Amino acid sequence: MLSIKNLQAKIGEKQILNGIDLKVNAGEVHAIMGPNGSGKSTLASVLSGREEYEVTDGEVDFLGKDLLELSPEDRAREGIFMAFQYPVEIPGVSTINFMKTALNQIREYRGQQALDAVSFLQLMKEKMKLVEIDQSLLNRSLNEGFSGGEKKRNEIFQMAMLEPKLALLDETDSGLDIDALRIVANGVNKLRNKNNAVVVVTHYQRLLDYIVPDYVHVLYKGKIVKSGTKELALELEAKGYDWIKSEATVA
Amino acid sequence: MSTPVTRDLVTEIIENQPVFDVAHSSRTLAWEQFKKLGLPSAKHEEYRFTPITRHLEKNFSWTSGNPESTLSSISEFLIPQLDANVIVLVNGRFNALHSKIVSLESEVTITTLSEAFRKEHPAVKEYFNKNLNTETDAFAALNTAGWHEGVFIHVQENTAVSKPIFILQVNDGSQSPVISQTRILGVLEKGSNISIIEKSDSTGNQTAFHNFAEEWIIKENAHLEYCKIQNDTGKVCQVSNSVIHQASNSKLNTFTLTLDGQLIRNNLHILIDGENCESHFYGLYLLAGSTHADNHTVVDHRKPNSFSNEMYKGIMDGNSKGVFNGKIYVRPHAQKTNAFQSNRNIIVSDTATVNTKPQLEIWADDVKCSHGCTSGQLDEEALFYLRSRGISETNAKAMLLYAFAAEVLEPIQNETLKAYLDNLIAERLHKNF
Repeated sequence: MLSIKNLQAKIGEKQILNGIDLKVNAGEVHAIMGPNGSGKSTLASVLSGREEYEVTDGEVDFLGKDLLELSPEDRAREGIFMAFQYPVEIPGVSTINFMKTALNQIREYRGQQALDAVSFLQLMKEKMKLVEIDQSLLNRSLNEGFSGGEKKRNEIFQMAMLEPKLALLDETDSGLDIDALRIVANGVNKLRNKNNAVVVVTHYQRLLDYIVPDYVHVLYKGKIVKSGTKELALELEAKGYDWIKSEATVA
Repeated sequence: MSTPVTRDLVTEIIENQPVFDVAHSSRTLAWEQFKKLGLPSAKHEEYRFTPITRHLEKNFSWTSGNPESTLSSISEFLIPQLDANVIVLVNGRFNALHSKIVSLESEVTITTLSEAFRKEHPAVKEYFNKNLNTETDAFAALNTAGWHEGVFIHVQENTAVSKPIFILQVNDGSQSPVISQTRILGVLEKGSNISIIEKSDSTGNQTAFHNFAEEWIIKENAHLEYCKIQNDTGKVCQVSNSVIHQASNSKLNTFTLTLDGQLIRNNLHILIDGENCESHFYGLYLLAGSTHADNHTVVDHRKPNSFSNEMYKGIMDGNSKGVFNGKIYVRPHAQKTNAFQSNRNIIVSDTATVNTKPQLEIWADDVKCSHGCTSGQLDEEALFYLRSRGISETNAKAMLLYAFAAEVLEPIQNETLKAYLDNLIAERLHKNF
């Protein structure tokens, strides 16, 4: 589904990604871990199309398309979804109107008819239940005055609505208490199936207790320095990142 | 007082004063005031960002007089489905054909200003030209000296007028250039309540200068809902002097929407001359092309215990220029005043500009006042967030601009009016989804 080869990127003059190689297949969950400043969030940002990052080398293929050539909106329309680490507050735009516009623009891109008001509401109700979010929250301005947990739950609600093929969860666990974490993780798990894939970017192992990864990759200084299964995450939790750093330095 | 630079145009205006139906002592005095003031030069503090005199010199001649209009239909300027009294002025003259008064005389008197003068209505005698700043503003003085026609509205005591009054002013420049001067006097007796909608439009390819002035008197416990829609074509220059006087326990909501026109200057002057007043002043200017719109507002708290809240927002596109100047005065004994002001601007193009200046002068010591102004571009992070969900860049921009603008519509009560305004805004911002 997603194939990243030798991806290098910088912001301003600062080189952050130094040659990332990663393959994600449908039905898989990958976790990207690593110490602060290793480039985890940059990777998620580059994949979702943030323009402040400049790709200096490498390629990204998503379902046969050159992802780096696509605008952020076209990436979303092709099936990429990024759950933001810091979801933006947008006064005056309700989540409902926002989702309706987004969903219908995606449908238009795919040559599908726009959903009428009734079918849209029906779909919304169904997805609300799935991610345990209240309608009163969705009637309000997008994320405005939401708690950290409400914002993250809203991200997962949007993901449920848009049914992406590849979901990138950028530090989704940050700022969540254990109950909110469980609700968010449950939402993600319910949305998993053999046709989609999830990439979880996280500093800590605790989210991976709930969203269990098939593969774990450790990012350090803009490169994947170690890959393994979920046991690797447990090892990192127990031993910290220092042994990875020294291993990487030796290598 | 700065030295007037343009004696020539002032002389031309004075030498070409028309003969008026309504003679009034205020005219003579106002001519003197106008002569003394001259037209504001580019250095005049109040007109620094709005070079209106140069504009008038370049584009207008006072020698040709004001043409009659042959306009046969006004339907394109109306607000669809609005159930209202309609008063129409075309090229500064009352248009009986298109006007329609439906409210009863027992609720409200609606006539031309000249008729109110002829009938010597007591409210005209008492309030005409009482609050307008003819001593300091040349256009206010010129209007008082030279107004052609106007509207007089008098709301009876303890009466809620059920239907709004829609005042439409059209400048028809299809034959020759237009210079029109019009005037409104509105008096709301104690405990009365009315909604006023003023709209200005224009047609034709010739230039038009519309010098407008109005005075509103809101007596104790009365309530005025006021909406102004400025939707002229790119050949129209409009100056609008509005003074609203509030007595104790009165309520006032104003909303000013500026869309098109070449050069627009609004002076909105609120005199809060009573206790326990509540006043909200909202404004929105959505400018494009080479439109220049300048909103000068003054909120003068003269008595204690009143509340005022001002919020003006602007979106500047193309080569447009926005100007906002908001003064708040809190007089020495106006204790316990709450006065808030904000002006927020978004600049969409590289060639648009905005000048914004809040001015607070507070002489009382026990007050709550705040002001804030911002000018900037659309929030990139918000834009990216919307795009990352599959919304096109164009639509994401429209969505954010619309959300920014539509906030000022919230206090508008009349649903038909609100829907109309909402639609105007959505259209202007290309919100086509």
